[in-house]
Amino acid sequence: MPSEQWTHPEPGDGPAAVAAQPSPEQVIAGLRATSEGGAELTQLLTPEGERVPSPQFDKYVDDIDAEALRGLYRDMVLVRRADREANAMQRQGQLGIWVPLLGQEAAQIGSGRALRANDMAFPSYREHGVAFARGVDMKDLLGIFRCTDHSGWDYQRHGFHPYTIVIGNQVLNAAGYAMGQKFEGKVGDDDGEATICYFGDGATSQGDVHEGFVWAAVYDAPLVFFCQNNQWAISEPTERQSRLPLYQRARGYGFPGIRVDGNDVLACLAVSRWALDECRHGNGPVLIEAFTYRMDAHTTTDDPTRYRLSDELEEWKLKDPIERVRAFLARGGGADQAFFDSVQEEADAFAADLREYTFNMPEPPPDRIFSNVYAEGNPVLESQREEFLSYLDGFASAGEH
Amino acid sequence: MTDLQKLTIGKALNLGLRRAMEEDPKVLIMGEDVGKLGGVFRITDGLQKDFGEQRVLDTPLAESGIIGTAVGLAVRGFRPVCEIQFEGFIFPGFDQISSQLAKLHYRTQGKIKMPVVIRVPFGGGIGAVEHHSESPESLFAHIPGLKVVSISNAVDAYWGIQEAIKSDDPILFFEPKRLYHSGALRAEIDVAGTPQRMFSSQVVREGTTATVVAYGPSVKVALDAAAAAEDEGKSLEVIDLRTLSPLDLGPVFESVRKTGRLIALSEAPSESSLTSEIAARVQQECFYSLEAPVLRVTGFDTPYPPAKLEEHYLPDLDRVLHAIDRSLAW
Ligand SMILES: Cc1ncc(C[n+]2csc(CCOP(=O)(O)OP(=O)(O)O)c2C)c(N)n1
Repeated sequence: MPSEQWTHPEPGDGPAAVAAQPSPEQVIAGLRATSEGGAELTQLLTPEGERVPSPQFDKYVDDIDAEALRGLYRDMVLVRRADREANAMQRQGQLGIWVPLLGQEAAQIGSGRALRANDMAFPSYREHGVAFARGVDMKDLLGIFRCTDHSGWDYQRHGFHPYTIVIGNQVLNAAGYAMGQKFEGKVGDDDGEATICYFGDGATSQGDVHEGFVWAAVYDAPLVFFCQNNQWAISEPTERQSRLPLYQRARGYGFPGIRVDGNDVLACLAVSRWALDECRHGNGPVLIEAFTYRMDAHTTTDDPTRYRLSDELEEWKLKDPIERVRAFLARGGGADQAFFDSVQEEADAFAADLREYTFNMPEPPPDRIFSNVYAEGNPVLESQREEFLSYLDGFASAGEH
Repeated sequence: MTDLQKLTIGKALNLGLRRAMEEDPKVLIMGEDVGKLGGVFRITDGLQKDFGEQRVLDTPLAESGIIGTAVGLAVRGFRPVCEIQFEGFIFPGFDQISSQLAKLHYRTQGKIKMPVVIRVPFGGGIGAVEHHSESPESLFAHIPGLKVVSISNAVDAYWGIQEAIKSDDPILFFEPKRLYHSGALRAEIDVAGTPQRMFSSQVVREGTTATVVAYGPSVKVALDAAAAAEDEGKSLEVIDLRTLSPLDLGPVFESVRKTGRLIALSEAPSESSLTSEIAARVQQECFYSLEAPVLRVTGFDTPYPPAKLEEHYLPDLDRVLHAIDRSLAW
């Protein structure tokens, strides 16, 4: 299969380059690079679980011995199990909606585990795996999807910003945060701080994302843009957002872009560590395109049978991010069946715990509607609240008679 | 020729769009997921298949882009119909709407027309997460140069979308998303009939005790309240505004002169809103006919709450009846 990359002709290339305009098929091949992600895809573990040496990135995962790899495996299994449980709970009417991450575990755990305590992550709405890696209790995510809450964790403690549903908004917010790290002198050496910001391939069309690139670039913000290219923005394929492989866009803004195999947890960890390291030392920003695939619907309200081909899904199942780590561990003797069984058991218990929590989640009291609209209170709202409560009281006392 | 069909609001919109596209090759549909998927609510279902990818455009994911390019296409003679997926996502396009779409005709003293329709599913009651249940229509009604309309039933959906597309002015077309597929609101429509005009307010139920004016999803709430009030011996007149900017308050004034009481109903927060405007204008025009102050039944002045609380946030028929009692107690 051709996995040739197509790049824009350089300005000095002259008419010949213009004549070499690619056909639509080549463009699409360049974007998706067929099923491989392209020649420039950074990969450390193949889908078959073979370790590929990388002169540039091996040093970033030197410390990942069998035990650490078992840890990454466990992370991914737990996160996937939680994701499947939440999906099932939505089907059973316990959650209003769920946003599956199936297939994106490696991108999220790899990048999430590359972060340090002082780093900050700005998620979109699918980053349950990153949340887990940041130490957020996954129970605290569920209120959003059960519609009892708009958010629910301690952002500062976990270095994990609230979910953002409006596509692209968080990218500028992250740029601002990273500018703040810079302005406070928190970058420049090994101990520097960095920010990472997550968004999808669809989001790259939004003005906010482009503006985020510009801001981060001109202020040298320590910001890693982490685009999970899962091939689809609801029903729209990546080709509908760009004529150029997304990572190549970075160049136009003046910072490096790199495409990593988003189903390879080791490569995601290595590349994220490298990028964060650049940022810590004041060489940011960096764009990472994690080339992956959304193996489930966009959300539980979506119907992917209307737009995507099932053989595409079958093809990606062969590249499952968890299976390849398992194969690598098993082959190299890094883990035995007892280990895999124990992780599965732990994952089942983890899911059961989430389920029980969800079923017993308390409903917010009605006057929660009015709480915290302002930091400083508001007399108009205060009287609306009182009126509302006495209106509700009217029903209660009517019921007593 | 007649072709009677019993249609939901969603299906009526779909057929209205189809007819507009058949009649005028310059009509384009553009938005996120409007093609193969037929839109997240399936309102554009099947249109790309029949009209092709150049007339039904699955656009890149960017609202400023959707609206800004629609402005350019309109300059070039097209009549774009943009779909915004959920009202909460219109704001990246707000700049293009307020700075360009609404003002080009004025700035060029009529040389550039802006026959652009922006379809916006709006309102709550679907149990969704943030940004999927809001009612931002007042923000648009406040912008000079835009027309803002809202539909509440399938007949208006079918004819209204066609009238909007034919208009040379930019129109924000608010659709009550929770009613799209309501079987109870199915209406018999002669889809081959002669176009009807609908951008004026309309008395949808006659009554004498008090008037309730509403639009979009709230019209059903008002009608339900009127049915419940009847059991208590009260007769409510219900008016569907349909046009939010410019407001057509003639029928409201007339009604208030008859009943002496007005309840303005909307899901949107109340401060500086359409219901504020209605209250102000009615007290100005009908001061001597009013038996009680104009009362408003609205969402609260808070962001839309988590959906588990929306039954409390959204005005329901009990809140309307309570307001009627307060008005009558005056
Ligand atoms: C501004 C805005 N427009 C539209 C939407 C509706 N919407 C939600 S997710 C989505 C697709 C996002 O695709 P992508 O950015 O690739 O991220 P993915 O969900 O695939 O991770 C759309 C159109 C939104 N949330 N925000």
